[in-house]
Amino acid sequence: MERAEDPVTYPVPWPYPIEYDQTERLDADVLVIGGGDAGCFAAMSAADRGARVILLEKAATIASGASGSGSDHWESAATNPCSRVTPEELVDAMIRSHDGYNNGISHYIECREGWDRLLDVEANGGKIRDTKDEFAGAPFRDEATKLLFAYDYHNRFTLRIWGETFKRGLLRACRRRRVRIIDRTMAAGLLTEGGRIGAPVVGAVGVNGRTGKFVVVRAKATVLCTSRPTRIWLFVPGAPGISEFRPPQCTGDGHAAGWRAGVAFTMLEKAIKAEWSGSRSFPPYGTGNNHNSWYACSMVDARGREIPWYDRDGRELKTVEERYRPAPGQTLFLKGGGEPDFPIYEFQGPDTPPTDELLQRGYTLPFYADLTRMPEHERRVIWGMMIGNEGKTKIPILQRYTEAGFDPARHLLQSYGDGWKSGAFLPQERQFFGLPGGMMNDWHLMTNLEGLFAAGDILFASNCDGHACATGHYAGRHAAGYARHRGDEQVDEAQVAALRARLYAPLGNDRGVSWQELNLAIARVMQHHCGEFKTDELLTNGLEVLRDLETRDAARLVARNPHDLIRSIEVCNILTSAEIVLYSSLARKASSRELHFTRLDHPDVDPPAWRKFVTVQQTPDGVKNDATPLDYYGNLTENYERENCDYLDRRTSR
Amino acid sequence: MTKPVHAIPDPAVFTPVSIDEQLCIGCNLCLLVCQADLFLPNPIKGGAPIVMYGGECWYEGSCVDYCPVPGAITLNGQLFNRVRWKEADDGGAGRSEP
Repeated sequence: MERAEDPVTYPVPWPYPIEYDQTERLDADVLVIGGGDAGCFAAMSAADRGARVILLEKAATIASGASGSGSDHWESAATNPCSRVTPEELVDAMIRSHDGYNNGISHYIECREGWDRLLDVEANGGKIRDTKDEFAGAPFRDEATKLLFAYDYHNRFTLRIWGETFKRGLLRACRRRRVRIIDRTMAAGLLTEGGRIGAPVVGAVGVNGRTGKFVVVRAKATVLCTSRPTRIWLFVPGAPGISEFRPPQCTGDGHAAGWRAGVAFTMLEKAIKAEWSGSRSFPPYGTGNNHNSWYACSMVDARGREIPWYDRDGRELKTVEERYRPAPGQTLFLKGGGEPDFPIYEFQGPDTPPTDELLQRGYTLPFYADLTRMPEHERRVIWGMMIGNEGKTKIPILQRYTEAGFDPARHLLQSYGDGWKSGAFLPQERQFFGLPGGMMNDWHLMTNLEGLFAAGDILFASNCDGHACATGHYAGRHAAGYARHRGDEQVDEAQVAALRARLYAPLGNDRGVSWQELNLAIARVMQHHCGEFKTDELLTNGLEVLRDLETRDAARLVARNPHDLIRSIEVCNILTSAEIVLYSSLARKASSRELHFTRLDHPDVDPPAWRKFVTVQQTPDGVKNDATPLDYYGNLTENYERENCDYLDRRTSR
Repeated sequence: MTKPVHAIPDPAVFTPVSIDEQLCIGCNLCLLVCQADLFLPNPIKGGAPIVMYGGECWYEGSCVDYCPVPGAITLNGQLFNRVRWKEADDGGAGRSEP
């Protein structure tokens, strides 16, 4: 008889029931796709407005999403009770610091409603205050509210938070509202009226990654809350899970489904030289640095010489506390430490000089983060609170280093890269990081397809957790409002059948191509045809090679079980996202500094005629390009207040 | 006596997690929370989960975080990602950890 301690023998029989031939049919007022922080908030707000909500999540909602295992700071909560800036001032700084290439609507929502979402998180058991008085008396703490702040201690709009505690509470909140959560089910295609490209969205299909069951959800409104694509330029065969900064299941499933349905995208021509990948760089937040979670840690060179900090005027900062204050005469600074990519003088924060300058001045490598020189409360808040709540720090960094003897009061942690980076990349190794492109949105966070809303990372120029939560809540309530007035459109059965046939095809192949091989091929194509330098010919050739991979090789993908099937579908989605990047890059006939976009055949940098959002979308007649002014959102305060009377009334009465 | 010899297809390059089969109670919480669905349940009820897709690990450690038995599951770093630190006051030789 077999016993539990007997060694496992391979191959292991598939432990879940196989349900490839089954189809589950469901109906919802609002379908939420993706159960990260944005998806949970979308589901909660839609349910609060009386909608019947279904949430599809590819992993498990309890810990899924880019912030599923934590986040350590929450940016731009301009309406928190200690903030010294208004949402209008802050979003203006954010837009101008990105030369206009920013999502005014979604970031205004983040600035205006972020604090409301933090209160929601707290009401559901998440920790947003120093309730145990661990940092009493610290300059980053407000004694009355017990809130902790990061970066700009004077203006107090970015909060330090215990994000590791958030997700469990959000899941409970969804359950209390009777959201039907369907975990381990990947949304694999959107359904449109009559199955037509560009028609209103009437639901989605999904595939269960354990049983292979097919799910068809008919919905009056759909909210896409999936992440940005990864693994377009970076792929590590044998270790795909650490190919990128974000979790490996962030494969742009929403991008691909949206593209096939006719959604308009913008800014996807923006891809920066990579900064993070689990294989090419050391663990994020786990090496000596002085930015982001580690802002503003002291650094020393190999001989123990301290690296100086300067403000925007080149004035050397003599004390640690000055690193957290605006310069004389400055209203506010955004993050400090080299963010955004091209800071403008008005909002530029304190920083240390770049490595090459330091080497010229006689500083010697390697550099180290020196927490021992930091005031005790700053040392504890970086090592323990921040490194402990950021997504990949609690177990692999804080716990593992501590077990191995690292003591922040005694040890210097070696640095392996410039700024906050911990590795070096080649110029053709690109990545979506720092406000990448995504779906275009209107003031309801609806896309150009009726009935399809977007929130969090799938929106163009998205970034952090606060943005995800705020836009999730906003899109969910507007989707619920839309659903109330929508009729009962039927799904198109021919479209359902075609999707099913395409999605399940890899199960019919006994031999052919593995999903990892296809992913590696896509990354190679993109590095060569859409790397540091672009030309029409390179990009067109890249499209041709990708189409070849799509028609000849994706058709030979092999999946032996439901797990393989999901991975295969994901790589097809990565391929589609790569195509959108190429179309987007072809559409912009000018170079751009902010977009990290260099066209050898159009070398003019940011000529006035090209200062606009270039959009691309599929239509029944092929791919169409268009353009939208950078300030298409109009007057932020007026438009926001016009579209959100209901929310503002509820907020006043609560 | 010679032990039987087997061939196993494509062992993973990395071993992201180790499970102590003596400590593991087979509750499968790690399997429930894993974003990348690395684990398969043991065919024997109560047995430790199988790390089937180790290469897909993101190394965020939810499996360890949720495990009810301390030490039953360990997140392993990769050899090439070992980070070095040194004593602040000696300025000299450091050591590689973890």
